[in-house]
Amino acid sequence: MDFKVTPVIDQVGIEERVARFNSRSIKKQTKVSCLKLALNIIDLTTLEGKDTEGKIKQMCYKAMHPADDITGLPTVAAVCVYPTYVGLAKKTLGNSGVKVASVSTAFPSGNSTREIKINDTKFAVDNGADEIDMVISRGEFLKGNYNFVFDEIAAIKQACGAARLKVILETGELSTLDNVRKASDIAIYAGADFIKTSTGKIQPAATMPVTLVMLEAIKDYYNKTGITIGMKPAGGISTAKGALQYLVMLYETLGPNWMSNEWFRFGASSLANDLILQLAKEQKGVYYSKDYISID
Amino acid sequence: MTASNFTWEYAPAPEAKDHAKIKKQYDLFINGQFVKPQSKKYFETINPANEEVLAQVAEANEKDVNAAVTAAKTAYDKYWKKLSGAERAKYIFRIARVIQERSRELAVIESLNGGKAIRESRDFDIPTAANHFFYYAGWADKLEYAFPNRTPQSLGVAAQIIPWNFPLLMAAWKIAPALATGNTVVLKPAESTPLTALKLAEIIQDCDLPPGVVNIITGFGNTGAAMVNHPQVNKIAFTGSTDVGKIIQKAIAGTDKKLTLELGGKAANIVFEDAPINQAVEGIVNGIFFNQGHVCCAGSRLFVQEGVADEVISKLKARMDTLIVGDPLDKNTDIGAINSKEQLEKIKSYLKIGVNEGLEIFQSDACALPKKGFFCKPTLFIGAAQSNRVVQEEIFGPVLTIQTFRTIEEVIEKANNIPYGLSAGVWTDKGSKIFNLTSKMRAGVVWANTYNKFDPTSPFGGYKESGFGREGGLHGLMPYVKF
Repeated sequence: MDFKVTPVIDQVGIEERVARFNSRSIKKQTKVSCLKLALNIIDLTTLEGKDTEGKIKQMCYKAMHPADDITGLPTVAAVCVYPTYVGLAKKTLGNSGVKVASVSTAFPSGNSTREIKINDTKFAVDNGADEIDMVISRGEFLKGNYNFVFDEIAAIKQACGAARLKVILETGELSTLDNVRKASDIAIYAGADFIKTSTGKIQPAATMPVTLVMLEAIKDYYNKTGITIGMKPAGGISTAKGALQYLVMLYETLGPNWMSNEWFRFGASSLANDLILQLAKEQKGVYYSKDYISID
Repeated sequence: MTASNFTWEYAPAPEAKDHAKIKKQYDLFINGQFVKPQSKKYFETINPANEEVLAQVAEANEKDVNAAVTAAKTAYDKYWKKLSGAERAKYIFRIARVIQERSRELAVIESLNGGKAIRESRDFDIPTAANHFFYYAGWADKLEYAFPNRTPQSLGVAAQIIPWNFPLLMAAWKIAPALATGNTVVLKPAESTPLTALKLAEIIQDCDLPPGVVNIITGFGNTGAAMVNHPQVNKIAFTGSTDVGKIIQKAIAGTDKKLTLELGGKAANIVFEDAPINQAVEGIVNGIFFNQGHVCCAGSRLFVQEGVADEVISKLKARMDTLIVGDPLDKNTDIGAINSKEQLEKIKSYLKIGVNEGLEIFQSDACALPKKGFFCKPTLFIGAAQSNRVVQEEIFGPVLTIQTFRTIEEVIEKANNIPYGLSAGVWTDKGSKIFNLTSKMRAGVVWANTYNKFDPTSPFGGYKESGFGREGGLHGLMPYVKF
């Protein structure tokens, strides 16, 4: 593959397509099932220097029991933590089915040596991480050193073993949609199971235009090879309405096969509570006070 | 891969229509009043999505046309031509504001009467119509700056005949520049879609325009002919078919009536292999399926460079699987109803012609049509040739022909090899290729990496049998003034 030549993107066209998705109207049963799906595909995330064991434990409980007073709610897909909390999260979640994802490779900057990044990854996997969220070396990418980026992803994929690899492009630092497409192709061909927009530490984080470009890369790869790649927009998706718009885009771009937490995730922390609020409204007919919803 | 069993259908999301007030019967709007037609005749106007009658509309005969033209002439001589530009502008601004205020009602009526999806009438037709009035209101007191060192003068009475594909928007395109330049107007909407024009008559009444400055009369071809032939008409503006355009041109030969024609089209939409393919596919869809393909500038002939032809066609088919055809009032509908039974028959006859010409036809299996009303599946004809009738003739429906090409010279020659010349589209990542191609296309509008973009500030009009004269922008003032 020559990654100097990747498909070009027209930004105006992408933005117009996104505007079309956002004008779709989702109502009634469709809305309820989409809200539940949205909850079920969340990677509930805390990635802060001030994280504590208590906070991790509470978040894990929330992941398994989003709101017990509302019937028929699914769990979230996974919790996403720093490598040092993987063991604790794994133990707390037990056999609930909720996965543990760990960021790695000198998250969020990615500025470290390959050896340290590999060890970072192995540490997380050894502690029981089911999924690894790595960051690419944006500096090397922007220099045009695409082979470096490719090789690094391939090396981390190897270090993952059975764990699934999500590759964070940090699109907020890539500056153009052409670059987003190029980075998506590099990650996919180098062995990513998922491609992911952002660390959440850089603004802008996930946007619909960026996500659409990445979904198109996934679609083109699937058309060419028959291999499915997952997608994870992360950061900046905090409302149920916004989440539904992403699901419309996913449905109309990739179709029903991607509509599960096997192949699509939201990286988010506050989204879950807005989904719970909307689902509660659908069941009870009125809006709750937010005081009724736990903020773990 | 584990297939998810998650599927959905968008639940119906119909726009409410109870706030849209449609009278049972509409008279002719002449001299500021709704008056009974001297013909004493009325005709039905229907909703093409369910064939239900919406209202009875008056049919103007020669006497009615004479009354309307006389009212316009009197208003011109006694009042309108003496009014300052700034005063005219106030009225035009007022119309723009009221269109905005009543945009929801106008959008619903536009979709009810014309069959177009509410998404389009709400987001495109009505706002753009208001914008045209705003734009030309701004010119009314600045005409000497539009034509420096010349003294633009108004013409008199403008007879304006508009088509059924963008009923209110076409009325705005015609009325706004005519009023801004100091002319008075007799407008006839198409017989199948008169309701928003009649709503506009109510708006004009509410705006207190001097009586007779704008007259709106309804009827068929005979009514239009009487308008064209009336001796007191100074200017004719027609948008519609090339056949009728030719008849008008013959009818006014030897008179000093000024004429603008905006006629048919058969635009080439050209995709090079270095184009942003996914966005080009979206542009192809917007180019041909916008307003059910009832667009004179629709990108109805697709030319794809051979290296990407398979990719473009397969992506186009996949995209067509997600298009929702159905109830025009549903907010999720992408493609609404065909405007009339007559038009549906015409499109169907071309589908037969294409199949008989041996072309590969594609219609999405995922596309379900409502049982009632006039609907047509979006259609591709693959492997078309320049000599096919479906390539040569304007279909005015959701039907796209696909041809491949190898070199830029070849595609320019083929794109221009048609009696029409209204619009074209080009898709490539390379700027120099765009400029090379656009300078050689015999088309009034060429879009690059987009399609069907309209703005009041931008002139629009054709070459060859697509007509002459420009509407929109500074150029749109020209047909309504003399020096």
